Amino acid sequence: MQQLVLSEDQELLAKTAADFVASRSPVARVRALRDASDPLGFSRALWKEMAELGWVGIPFPESYGGAGMGFAELAVVLEALGRTLAPEPFLSCVVLAGQALLRAGSEAQQRAWLPRLVSGDALLAFASQERESRYDLQRVATSARRQGDGFALSGEKIAVQDGAGADAYVVAARTSGAVADAAGISLFLVPAATPGLRCERQWRVDSRNAAILHLEGARVPQDALIGREGEGLATLEAVVDLAIAALCAEMLGSMSEAFARTLHYLKNRLQFGVPIGSFQALKHRAAQMFVEIELCRSAVMGAVRALDAGDADARKLVSVAKARCSETAMLVAHEAVQMHGGIGMTDEHEIGFFLKRARVAELTFGDAAWHRARWARLCGY
Amino acid sequence: MADLEAFRSDLQRFLAQNAPDAVRGLVVTAEGDGNWGGRRATYDPPEMKKWLEVMAARGFTAPSWPKEYGGGGLSPEETKVLRQELAAQKLPPPLIGFGLEMIGPTLLRYGTEAQKRQHIPPIVRGEIRWCQGYSEPDSGSDLASLKTRAERRGDHFVVNGTKVWTSYGDLSDWIFALVRTNPNAKKQEGITFLLIDMASPGVSVRPIKLISGKSPFCETRFDDVRVPVGNVLGEIDGGWSVAKALLGFERNMIADTFGTVGSARSEKRGSRLANLARDHGLGAGDALSDAVVRDEIARCEMDERAFALTVQRSRDAARAGHQPGPESSIFKLYGTELNKRRTELSVRIAGPQGLGWEGPGFDDDELLLTRHWLRARGNSIEGGTSEVQLNIIAKRVLGLPD
Repeated sequence: MQQLVLSEDQELLAKTAADFVASRSPVARVRALRDASDPLGFSRALWKEMAELGWVGIPFPESYGGAGMGFAELAVVLEALGRTLAPEPFLSCVVLAGQALLRAGSEAQQRAWLPRLVSGDALLAFASQERESRYDLQRVATSARRQGDGFALSGEKIAVQDGAGADAYVVAARTSGAVADAAGISLFLVPAATPGLRCERQWRVDSRNAAILHLEGARVPQDALIGREGEGLATLEAVVDLAIAALCAEMLGSMSEAFARTLHYLKNRLQFGVPIGSFQALKHRAAQMFVEIELCRSAVMGAVRALDAGDADARKLVSVAKARCSETAMLVAHEAVQMHGGIGMTDEHEIGFFLKRARVAELTFGDAAWHRARWARLCGY
Repeated sequence: MADLEAFRSDLQRFLAQNAPDAVRGLVVTAEGDGNWGGRRATYDPPEMKKWLEVMAARGFTAPSWPKEYGGGGLSPEETKVLRQELAAQKLPPPLIGFGLEMIGPTLLRYGTEAQKRQHIPPIVRGEIRWCQGYSEPDSGSDLASLKTRAERRGDHFVVNGTKVWTSYGDLSDWIFALVRTNPNAKKQEGITFLLIDMASPGVSVRPIKLISGKSPFCETRFDDVRVPVGNVLGEIDGGWSVAKALLGFERNMIADTFGTVGSARSEKRGSRLANLARDHGLGAGDALSDAVVRDEIARCEMDERAFALTVQRSRDAARAGHQPGPESSIFKLYGTELNKRRTELSVRIAGPQGLGWEGPGFDDDELLLTRHWLRARGNSIEGGTSEVQLNIIAKRVLGLPD
């Protein structure tokens, strides 16, 4: 079993990231992007800076300009970014699409995209979810029919994270079988300019970049196929597990910050002539939140290290982390609003941004109940 | 590292030659199982006595304690190897109890040279069994309000009062007790930590029956018990800090007990709760037929796993040289609440078969479910209630104002 403690290098990375976030990425940035109805929902300039700091390339080999590090390191950076809800496209670009290419893509595909992804110049997004699929990765209705020497893709993908403005998409489509079959799912690399592909920005409660991908006979050549035809589910599952762990790291940062802000408020808000944090009714709830967050931290550290090591029970640990982080993120965010009282209900105050992001994160890649069911399945009951 | 491997192979040889076959594979199933030692020790199987003797001779009953007092003098790495080898060879600990876990470490920190020489070697050899005299009938969570008096008469104290929840008081040889030596001082400042030989005239012990039935708990009375002044651990009137240090050791022991529940190793035997459900009509095939029960089992197991990871994180941080982090403050609270949830869920899974008290119609495991559920209610009361733990976290860790 790996050590559940940060190495010196990881400590250093955490400090660099915390300093960067403190000076460059306040929550006010998220508000400004929202108020401007920014189509991208994040800052390309800041993304480029993050790439220059080496963060975008953390889980990519040095041959593509990456750092050759693992998810334990990426998690440290994502936790720091999560503290101020930084909306840059790590999950979509670095983890989902990037890792799909790295794990299953051809050398030509990797060479064409990964160096530009790592340098922050190319944006990739990942389109698997559909209206009927909920969290079930196996449920793919979008079809990819053979046409000449390539494929024609038709269907609709929703909740494509950072889909608006992406240069290309990794799309899950069915080359054979029925809608819920495990076999017959294939992954394709589809450039944004492909005729028959249309991307429509969605506005969700956290105002981050999400999109609908309309595919109407979008034609791609044979070499757009990522991995083997009909065998895409394993890659899909593997990269979504990585993305869940990465999302949990972000959630850990966000819930820690929401809690810290609430704690500060409890110590400084005076009512009845005393700090409201002196009331036992609030103290015990604060202590409960602290306990839950500590357990989240252990679960996240355990999950990313198990994934890096390829442990047999990594999937189970990913579910432990996501179930915990989903419930705790919502607990902390709801309690944060309640404990802030009236001011917490105003749009002017920042605590509401934490609540909205927590909700989206909770209902991405499976909520707590879904991951408990997955744990039960993996344990054979 | 080479030294460590040499230590391991020596140890393997030693264990192979000296461990009696009869003790291999013994598992702890009930509260109080295992070898607690003491003057009234009973050894089951009888070979347990030899196992204790061969291990104690090398100080392996207290592996990390200094050699000069009979301990093993092992480094943390060697202690870990010893634990691994015992587990690998399915050997039970040769000795357990409050001497090793609570009063021993406290004596090593606060004891005089004479006290260490008097008390530590008999603990290591399992000759003296200790119990704890903290709580009183009128002093539960407010421990510092304790009233048991110790009045100075020359070179002795005369002790009068009643201690309650003295686990195994009826089987113990010595008791470490908190007594009031200065009734006029602030409540925490008039308390002394006293070591009392339970064979002294005036000590009487009465067992307590719990809602779960027979229990190790006792009430221990002191009527004009004479105790030499030399038996004070730490300073007279300065016992509160000693008492708190010992509570820290006690919480470590509790974390050890509960933190292993959800480890990867304990899961390899399959889901015990799911098997319990299958045995009680909730599904014959793979998936359980009751989705709610399935969800509750998963929640319980996943929380146990997260808790085990937290215990591991704390240990890894300590080994890496970090100060104990805030995570250690949650062990008592979360570990006991988890155990309550598991035992509670087990009874509900067993349904009508979870209702047995004794007699026909229930197998032994089913009868234990009932008892464990009832007994576990006490987990979040003994050793500091959950509410007190939340107060401690709010104050010490979060810095919330009084």
